[in-house]
Amino acid sequence: MAAENVPYGRVTQKPSPVAEVHILWITAGLGCDGDSVSVTAATQPSIEDVLLGAIPGLPKVHLHNPVLAYENGDDFLKFWYMAEKGQLDPFVLVVEGSIPNEKIKKEGYWAALGTDPATNQPITTNEWIDRLAPKALAVVGCGTCATYGGIHAMEGNPTGAMGLADYLGWDWKSMAGLPIVNVPGCPVQPDNFMETVLYLLYQVAGLAPMIPLDDQLRPTWLFGKTVHEGCDRAGYYEQGDFAEVYGSHKCIVKLGCWGPVVNCNVPKRGWMAGIGGCPNVGGICIGCTMPGFPDKFMPFMDEPPGAKLSSAAVGAYGRAIRALRTMTQATANKEPKWRHPRAELSTGYHPRTYGTM
Amino acid sequence: MSTITAPTKDVPSKPRNLVEMNWDPITRIVGSLGIFTKIDFDAKKVAECHSTSSIFRGYSIFMKGKDPRDAHFITSRICGICGDNHATCATYAQNMAFGVKPPPIAEWIVNLGEAAEYMFDHNIFQDNLVGVDFCEQMVKETNPKVWAKAQSTPAPHSNLHGYKNISDIMTALNPFTGAFYREALVMSRMTREMFCLMEGRHVHPSTLYPGGVGTVPTVQLFTDYLVRLMKYVEFMKKVVPLHDDLFDFFYAALPGYEEVGRRRVLLACWGSFNDPDVCDYTYKNMTNWGRGMFVTPGVVVDGKLVTTDLVDINLNIRILLGSSYYDDWKNSQTFVKTDPLGNPVDKNHPWNQTTIPRPQKRDFGGKYTWVMSPRWLDKRTGDHLALDTGGGPIARLWATALAGLVDIGYIKATGSSVKMYLPKTTSLPEVEFEWKIPKWSNAIERDRARTYFQVYAACAALHFMEKAMAELHAGHTKTWTEFKVPQDAIGCGFHEAVRGVLSHHVVIKDGKIANYHPYPPTPWNANPRDIYGTPGPYEDAVQNTPIFEENGPDKFKGIDIMRAVRSFDPCLPCGVHMYLGNGKVLETHHSPMFGLQP
Repeated sequence: MAAENVPYGRVTQKPSPVAEVHILWITAGLGCDGDSVSVTAATQPSIEDVLLGAIPGLPKVHLHNPVLAYENGDDFLKFWYMAEKGQLDPFVLVVEGSIPNEKIKKEGYWAALGTDPATNQPITTNEWIDRLAPKALAVVGCGTCATYGGIHAMEGNPTGAMGLADYLGWDWKSMAGLPIVNVPGCPVQPDNFMETVLYLLYQVAGLAPMIPLDDQLRPTWLFGKTVHEGCDRAGYYEQGDFAEVYGSHKCIVKLGCWGPVVNCNVPKRGWMAGIGGCPNVGGICIGCTMPGFPDKFMPFMDEPPGAKLSSAAVGAYGRAIRALRTMTQATANKEPKWRHPRAELSTGYHPRTYGTM
Repeated sequence: MSTITAPTKDVPSKPRNLVEMNWDPITRIVGSLGIFTKIDFDAKKVAECHSTSSIFRGYSIFMKGKDPRDAHFITSRICGICGDNHATCATYAQNMAFGVKPPPIAEWIVNLGEAAEYMFDHNIFQDNLVGVDFCEQMVKETNPKVWAKAQSTPAPHSNLHGYKNISDIMTALNPFTGAFYREALVMSRMTREMFCLMEGRHVHPSTLYPGGVGTVPTVQLFTDYLVRLMKYVEFMKKVVPLHDDLFDFFYAALPGYEEVGRRRVLLACWGSFNDPDVCDYTYKNMTNWGRGMFVTPGVVVDGKLVTTDLVDINLNIRILLGSSYYDDWKNSQTFVKTDPLGNPVDKNHPWNQTTIPRPQKRDFGGKYTWVMSPRWLDKRTGDHLALDTGGGPIARLWATALAGLVDIGYIKATGSSVKMYLPKTTSLPEVEFEWKIPKWSNAIERDRARTYFQVYAACAALHFMEKAMAELHAGHTKTWTEFKVPQDAIGCGFHEAVRGVLSHHVVIKDGKIANYHPYPPTPWNANPRDIYGTPGPYEDAVQNTPIFEENGPDKFKGIDIMRAVRSFDPCLPCGVHMYLGNGKVLETHHSPMFGLQP
């Protein structure tokens, strides 16, 4: 029998020290499922890239997300019970939707998933987080609702909603020593989330160090710059050229855009496949990646308080600079004088071997 | 006052052995839903069904006192797959309340965005969520005899879609490994790119505003959209025959399957796609511009088109309690006594509703859900009808077909059908599809209508593209009309969310939101028994659904029930509970009463 023909290059392939990892995805916070839907738009990597093993060296991933799951009812929920019993080790807990405050009433539930066989009453989402977070390799907040409370936590809300770190504690660490990983966005930008999942898989495989997070627990490489720093309309801002009406192609800071103070990369990378976004395509930034969202940005269509000052300050400079640039641009828009069809060479070269003189 | 929604059936005289079967959560929908049933395994029927929801967020509460201009940004977050439908509907209500009409090109941009939303959402729901109920893996596990039959049944239109046998279609629908499943997922991204071009980002748009849009209309914008649209058009030329073959196979392989998810024809459509040539967003002209929409609003009762008048539709909406965790608002303030035309507005109308949540223990004999019970008062009979949307497409196509008003060439409503014309594309010639009004309002026809509506949306987009380009070339590129928020005003918006009727009702007092009640399609479909005892549409569609699944109670997946529920495209960031009770295990008969003949 011939020996198996092992390609030489297989020496480059190392299996992950962790062979398999489960992702338990709770969508049953107070949410809209927008982050799960958003993730299906990702291409860098896509969800099927991750599940079908397109990237080498990583653990095999089993995804348990209700929006996409094959299993139904108890068949689906059994993974939750297995994780609680330690039979699904290791697993990453992803949470989507705001965490309600179940302590502010005498009975009933704001958010629940499954039925408790002992009481025949629904099991609250918070109860599931209590049962599973201590056993998880990592806990990831997907979307602004789970990370910071978001829309459902706005002033006047009846449920007392909050984010994961408010609920578990900002200093919470998993049994593997990871802090809560927050990937905000309302919804989360598709590739931002999948890229973070990919990073965590590399970390689990021992191929990347502890994920770098800022003090709001956001991945630094994704949320370290402001919208303004990545916006292709910033040039208009610099030239003191501001939109007065919606639908203009100019800087919309006077129409309600909070770009200069918001941590987000959407104008830089687009919404998906480099297309779309927010102020870069005419949509005012309403600060949806920020802990202060939405209250600190409302009413959204009003000019942010700082913008009056900054747009006035840059106005005089901008007008002057535009005038100067217009002059230089006019010069650049004219060809040099020596390009002509006349029978004379006026380029500055004086030929000795040819010429009409 | 009668509230008939389903023909009454005679109760059988001998006691039935019923097994409690519950599914909680229902997966492959948006949001969480649970269905509680009692199954009669002897008669192979669902005897009883309760649907419950387990999430409450409180939009109508926390929106009070907020700036009315923020309403569309906030309400977008009601839904994570069709949030833009909410944002759009909110801008319709804002436009009415503020007294502003967007420039025509803005209307065409919104229409193009909403068309892209239908093209995206129906595609991902049909082929990545619903389709799994018809895939090889599922059919093998629930109806092995049907799988065997599929393997030897050639697909009638294999020359159009490329799949030789019905079983090949089923294999292609397997989650993640199936070729068509993956092709559809990739197509769902391209359609969202189209959406992003018009509305900025998905699902919560950035470029919509009351008064118009922030999108900058350029040659590049429309070229980028059109090139993708034509790829979708080519794709749909094969998807329609693929689904027709699959759905027709189920009728043939399982005679009686038309009873699965069947209910009385009680359909609601609130219309979609405004025509800027007729729509000025005033309430007094709403009857007229409602009829000018490119999807005609209408209420269809037992096959008859009862109305296409949005004023009529508006005034007869009633929100009933009964089985949900709220207190009545009889004694709360009345916000709106009459509409702008002087018609009286009922206390149970969304303009006058006050949401008073009372969280409590779940009790299937009493209150068991967070979903209220919207009903439509049929003035002819006094009935509070539990209208459904059938998941959206079937109601839209049915109302539009009967009304016979829409004719844009690409789409023609004939009175009994809708013709849809797709022009030549890269590799395929022109095609005209025709959706004919079906015999039943059931699971299969709701699903079939969804595929046809994907075509409808593409055809509508072709028309909107022509209108938008005409505005662009004429130099009409202003996309927003200025407005001032009034101190006191009311407004209402009517639209079609992907899954069906969507209305937003707003009351403004002292320049702030005093009352805001959105009614998306799922409360219409997923509601519980109301105070008159009328069950909600899921409940009565699932009740009396026959069971074709070959498994007994111990391995029961309830696939026929799942197909019935998912045909409504449930989208409830709320939950319905189906829980497994410790039912008595009965003697099960393994030869079904309906189904394949050996």
